[in-house]
Amino acid sequence: MAFFFEVLITGLMVGIMYSLVALGFALIFKASQVFNMAQGAMSLFAALALYGFFEQYLHLPLWLALLCTVAVMTIWAYAIVFLILKRLVNRPPLMLFMATFGIAYLMEGIGQSIYGTQAKGLNLGIPDELYEVAGVFISSFDLFFAVVAALLVGGLVWFFQKTRNGRALRAVSDDHEAALSVGIPLLKAWTLTWIIAGVVATVAGVAWGTRLGVQFSLTFIALKSLPVLIIGGIDSIPGVILAGLIVGACETVGEVFIGPYVGGGIQTFLPYLLALLVLYFRPYGLFGKEIIERV
Amino acid sequence: MFYRECGNFKDSYDKDMAIFPIPLDRWGFIVMLFVAFVIVPLFTSEYLMMNIIVPFYCFALSAFGLNVLAGYAGQISIGHAAFMAVGAYSSFILYGRYGVPLIPSIIGGGVVSSIVGTIFGLPSLKIKGFYLAISTLASQFIIEWVIVHVHWISGGVFGTIEAPKMFIFGFALNTPVRKYYLVLCIMVLFMTIGKNLVRGQLGRNWMAIRDVDYAAEIIGVNLYRDKLLAFAVSTFYAGIAGSLITFCYIGAANIEEFNVMTSFALLGMIIIGGLGTVLGSFLGAGFFVMLPIAINHGLGTFMEMVPADILSNIESIVFGGLIVFFLIVEPYGMARLWHTIKDKLRLWPFPY
Repeated sequence: MAFFFEVLITGLMVGIMYSLVALGFALIFKASQVFNMAQGAMSLFAALALYGFFEQYLHLPLWLALLCTVAVMTIWAYAIVFLILKRLVNRPPLMLFMATFGIAYLMEGIGQSIYGTQAKGLNLGIPDELYEVAGVFISSFDLFFAVVAALLVGGLVWFFQKTRNGRALRAVSDDHEAALSVGIPLLKAWTLTWIIAGVVATVAGVAWGTRLGVQFSLTFIALKSLPVLIIGGIDSIPGVILAGLIVGACETVGEVFIGPYVGGGIQTFLPYLLALLVLYFRPYGLFGKEIIERV
Repeated sequence: MFYRECGNFKDSYDKDMAIFPIPLDRWGFIVMLFVAFVIVPLFTSEYLMMNIIVPFYCFALSAFGLNVLAGYAGQISIGHAAFMAVGAYSSFILYGRYGVPLIPSIIGGGVVSSIVGTIFGLPSLKIKGFYLAISTLASQFIIEWVIVHVHWISGGVFGTIEAPKMFIFGFALNTPVRKYYLVLCIMVLFMTIGKNLVRGQLGRNWMAIRDVDYAAEIIGVNLYRDKLLAFAVSTFYAGIAGSLITFCYIGAANIEEFNVMTSFALLGMIIIGGLGTVLGSFLGAGFFVMLPIAINHGLGTFMEMVPADILSNIESIVFGGLIVFFLIVEPYGMARLWHTIKDKLRLWPFPY
């Protein structure tokens, strides 16, 4: 039984990471109805940039390197909104979706030309020790990022509920035109959303980067967060967090306990299978808004 | 001056429905066929033929398949490369293990892929847009896993089957020119069928579904049947393309060739080439195949050897940049640019 709990907790920790990436998706989707395929590339770019500032080129102290990374992601947000999205207003959502594909290619290409393609170990000096809690081993490293993720989510909730800008963003996500007519500048709101998504991507990228090394496969993790999004419901932030935990737990538990019988490696598609099931019974996700749309 | 008709002289429906209403286009097409069938095998180097033109044809077929689904029927798929893999593996198994003749086993690869594709297209009856995109992404991963882990299919851990020697009626396809002809003939045959399919009733139904689905249903389009048909046709083309590319270009069925990056690239191809056009599938595929070579040549003037990682980075920057560029400037891709040029040319010296 202790083994099961250990596996479960590892899964939950992985799930937090998925939630982090999926959170970025959900934020941008809520604010601008854009399904942002570039979220994974953003995480990769942020991790690469941090690596560049921290270890490769400048050797800045960690806090400064993090600030610089956020600054870089802010520049990206401005570039994306003003150079690309602004010109695609009123196009069908499918076009915007494909544009983010292009953005993903661009980010991957530019990031890897600046920082190189080889996998890099990112060591932030976070202790990696095992603690025993009630007979179950927990890595301090996982715990650290769980706390960071919780803080991030708490901060976001506070931002969206209590601040002026946050309310403006919620208004935009409810109804673009109404928000425009009460004087909320749409482009500013979008830029802000992309900046926040950039910050979330930074946290996700750093978390994954320290765990697996900063490398191209980080973008594939973003693909894993798509089923998370479906399960949680695209427009629900708490839903996405919970779904991330569910997916992480299911895939790890499934891999450890069912995997050996069928040849292993099932965690690559188990989340998608779950997502298909959810799509079949509740197409709007477990916590999403029930928008019934005829097909 | 020559490229126009002076007035509308169509006096029968056949003429009105012609694929190439302008004589010069018709001649241009015949010249292109002549180039493809005679000039290329006679005068180009083996490298150019086998490494550029053959993959170009295969990707054009596959891109056309995706175009049927995404460009015509409006059902986006980001798992299309997986169906190429299904086609490749099933035709290899049919040909290598069961001794089915080559052409039937290539078609068989398409049919198997089409069946699998229809099954994975079932969610499209219930969901659309991004949700559907994600369920097709699911198909990519599920198919990859099944191919690698079911021993009967892949025959090993790496999911690779070596290519058997190819014979048609005892005639060995062992030289590049013969393989080239095989690919070319199948490509031309299926592209002709495809072009006529999208021009006809079915293609129009698909376009109606793409534009406004409930309006299409009201005017009597059978949504369920036609969506599933779109999936079936589209994955059939993917399967054929997959089996051709493995038989004639790669030489071994390898799952790595058909991963999710290939699916993304296919999507990029049809955006750059032109959504919902046959020409666009060719242009996009040609662009995708030529791009690394063009970059290599472009950089080759500055440095001796272009490192592979720089090459792939520049490739993805150019590819991504162009996707964004085309979506902003010309959402219907290169094919529409060509169309605009044609319209200008038709009126050329007196543009009004």
